[in-house]
Amino acid sequence: MEIPYAVKPRPDTGLYNAKLGIWLFLASEVMLFGGLFSSYILLRVGADLWPHGMVSIPVGTFNTFVLIASSVTVVMSWASLKLGRLGDFKKYMALTIACALGFLGVKSFEYHAKFTHYDVWFKDAATAEKYFKAAYGEEKGVEAARKLFVERFHLHNTKAVYEANQVQLPGHLEGNPLFATHRSLASAKKETFQFTPDAPFGTHDHPKPIEVKLSDVERLSAYVPKHSTYFAIYFTITALHGLHVLGGAIVLAYFLFTANTWWKKNPEQLANRVEVGGLFWHFVDLVWIFLFPIIYLL
Amino acid sequence: MSLKAFHILFITASVLLSFWFGWFELSTYSDSKAAMNLWLGIGSCVAGVALVAYGIYFLKKLKNISYL
Repeated sequence: MEIPYAVKPRPDTGLYNAKLGIWLFLASEVMLFGGLFSSYILLRVGADLWPHGMVSIPVGTFNTFVLIASSVTVVMSWASLKLGRLGDFKKYMALTIACALGFLGVKSFEYHAKFTHYDVWFKDAATAEKYFKAAYGEEKGVEAARKLFVERFHLHNTKAVYEANQVQLPGHLEGNPLFATHRSLASAKKETFQFTPDAPFGTHDHPKPIEVKLSDVERLSAYVPKHSTYFAIYFTITALHGLHVLGGAIVLAYFLFTANTWWKKNPEQLANRVEVGGLFWHFVDLVWIFLFPIIYLL
Repeated sequence: MSLKAFHILFITASVLLSFWFGWFELSTYSDSKAAMNLWLGIGSCVAGVALVAYGIYFLKKLKNISYL
């Protein structure tokens, strides 16, 4: 038995089955991402301190234009099918998948950079001051600590004030390990560790590595979800978005690799399938158009 | 809504983001004087103009396809 309206639109709705289905699905996706965006806003306005400049704007910009380009190529692949050009469809769809893989590749480098970047919180303000002086110099150490804190949390735009007890020293552990913690270093019977602090704010000159006593450290965390509320919501939303990109790329790749069979069997149905895949792809890209400014810029 | 209509919506959002991001980076450049902000600002505004031109081309190319 043939399923009705799989290719031709229903006269009452004007839509074929798959298009109605994808819009119902996208409505549920709007609620999913809408809930996460709302959570982001509530967490942010409720926080005393919210960090800025934790992600690379040029990298995010590059990925944004990669996704915009992929939307252009996916719609061109659909238009090629409408015009009866299977060869052009394959070319544009391959470009779309390449863009998706490029986006995910860049995102994975971004994630890796976060997983090997650390913040160290010290037991008290006096201990923190000692290490900031060791890192940035006897005279400039305290000012460097204050400047890093003020600029990270944009204190010039908030009611919060600088507190030496809250200050953290950002940098890299020797050997760039992933996900190290105070507990994991203690379990490895380490009493000290080598730490290369980040460059002072506004410069690119990394100080020399310093030796840090584990007993002076209150907390050590890579830039992972449990680091802070900021990274928790950052990883939740961007990882969910990344999974959507991966899922979309798999579906579009399936259309590409089975195109010859569908083209012989029913070219109109292939065009409809690609349209539905393209609608999902556009939704995923539109989510990023909102994500980019709130995560990277504001 | 067809892919054509959704694509027009998406390109409109992308154009708005490009010009807003261009303005954001250029106003950051006026404070920081960092070359990166200047190039990102100019590049984003150029991308915005290119997207407007593409949008017009797209509308002409697919004028016979329904918005539904």
